[in-house]
Amino acid sequence: MEQVYDLLVLGGGPAGLAAGMYGARARMKTGIIEKGRPGGQAATTEDLENYPGFGRGTTGPGLTQAMADHATSFGAEFIKDTIVALDLKSSPKKVIGKKGEYLGKAIIYALGAEPRMLKAPGEGKLRGKGVSYCATCDADLFEELDVAVVGSGDAAIEEAEYLSKFADNVSVIVIHEEGKVDANQVSFERARQNPKLKWIWNSIVKSINGEELVESITLKNIKTGEESDYPINGVFIFIGTVPLTEVLAGQVELNQQGYIVTDEKMAASVEGVFAAGDVRAKYLRQVVTAASDGAIAAVAAEKYVHETELWEKEVLQAQQPVVVAYYNPTDMSGTEKVGMVDRFVRDHKGLALVKVDATRNELVGRRYNIDLDRLPRLHLFINGEVKREADDIDEASLEALVKSL
Amino acid sequence: MIEVTKDNFDTEVLNAQGIVMVDWWGPKCERCLELMPHVEELAGKYRGKVKFCSVDTSGNRRLAIGQKVLGLPAILFYENGQKIDEISGQEITPEDIEAKLQQHVE
Repeated sequence: MEQVYDLLVLGGGPAGLAAGMYGARARMKTGIIEKGRPGGQAATTEDLENYPGFGRGTTGPGLTQAMADHATSFGAEFIKDTIVALDLKSSPKKVIGKKGEYLGKAIIYALGAEPRMLKAPGEGKLRGKGVSYCATCDADLFEELDVAVVGSGDAAIEEAEYLSKFADNVSVIVIHEEGKVDANQVSFERARQNPKLKWIWNSIVKSINGEELVESITLKNIKTGEESDYPINGVFIFIGTVPLTEVLAGQVELNQQGYIVTDEKMAASVEGVFAAGDVRAKYLRQVVTAASDGAIAAVAAEKYVHETELWEKEVLQAQQPVVVAYYNPTDMSGTEKVGMVDRFVRDHKGLALVKVDATRNELVGRRYNIDLDRLPRLHLFINGEVKREADDIDEASLEALVKSL
Repeated sequence: MIEVTKDNFDTEVLNAQGIVMVDWWGPKCERCLELMPHVEELAGKYRGKVKFCSVDTSGNRRLAIGQKVLGLPAILFYENGQKIDEISGQEITPEDIEAKLQQHVE
């Protein structure tokens, strides 16, 4: 309970590991909370050949382990726990895990996503009995057997290729018209050359059947409505992911699919909370974009922590009344006026002045709704609260601001 | 922990008396590798009460399928050679395994 982290990173996938590395390197006391081994979904991908600088032969577990070591080398601390609840409104923010509670001045939420389920009858019962969401984990059990891959995105097509190294036949069940997939063209064209892959178009899986192990799937052709039983030993499901944001419900803004909405600095709708990686509403979910999110989030979080602490110390906790001057440094007449405020405060005992570059300090801008088109302006803080304000800065407004203090 | 293969599975598991727990894993199953130290720990804790075995499925595929294991990690429990319980899937935790152990030891 006692120790407070500058930065708590939730999740140890590529986004969290990059954030942890950047945070620790910036000398923040950084903790990465991860329930298992670091690596996230990337650690379940065997061939990972599109991370810049790491070409063919790179593996998901290998790359993510290197990222974890990198973060550790700068001093990031790994905490092994499962997150069950969050209190994001408190200060510092509180993370409640199964094993303990953790406090952080800023939080980067990078818990990622998990495979989406088909929701077909038999899927739950036969999980681990032929139904799988991880080709790397289970592929070699299907040597000499027949498997189906459901889906047509990058993961589906690439994992189908991987499975073909083990299974005798790999049938790819695609909902679209013949020749149309959601995956990138390069992967698709390569997969089409693979003689072990069979393509079943216009089809969805109605049910997965079997007593103890998967025996067949029932397919429905969505064009003709025709249903048929298809004997198979395994079903690998790659129909996208769902974000792990349940603990955030009602606390930060999520989009309709449950992904966290952020601005380009990865800031979520609650101050001091950032999101990175697959859990964020974004265009491209790859290891490289996860790492990029993590870096941005860590830099933004560091700035937030620094600004909050400074504001806390110099304004909110100040003993004497504080005049805060918000200004834009590129506006010459504005900065001249701030110079006048400077002289004025120097002549008044018991007053302090804090100058805020409102174009850079987002924390303050956001908290006090500072309109960048109406700078400079002044606030008078007493005991941590705005008591008076002045829009036009001249001798008269300054006198009025501090009158009868 | 006893390393079991297709050659000694019958002797060590099916013909054994009492409770036997078998951890089915594979070298490419990250979650299995993650669980392994915890399983070792449990083996120490339940020494004398439960026999702990592990099977590397990469060399024992047919054995795995014979025991209806087609997904990793999988933890199977046997009593006097009969399969009595199992848990499997990516999200199983050391706590889940210990809960099962306690249930079967009692």
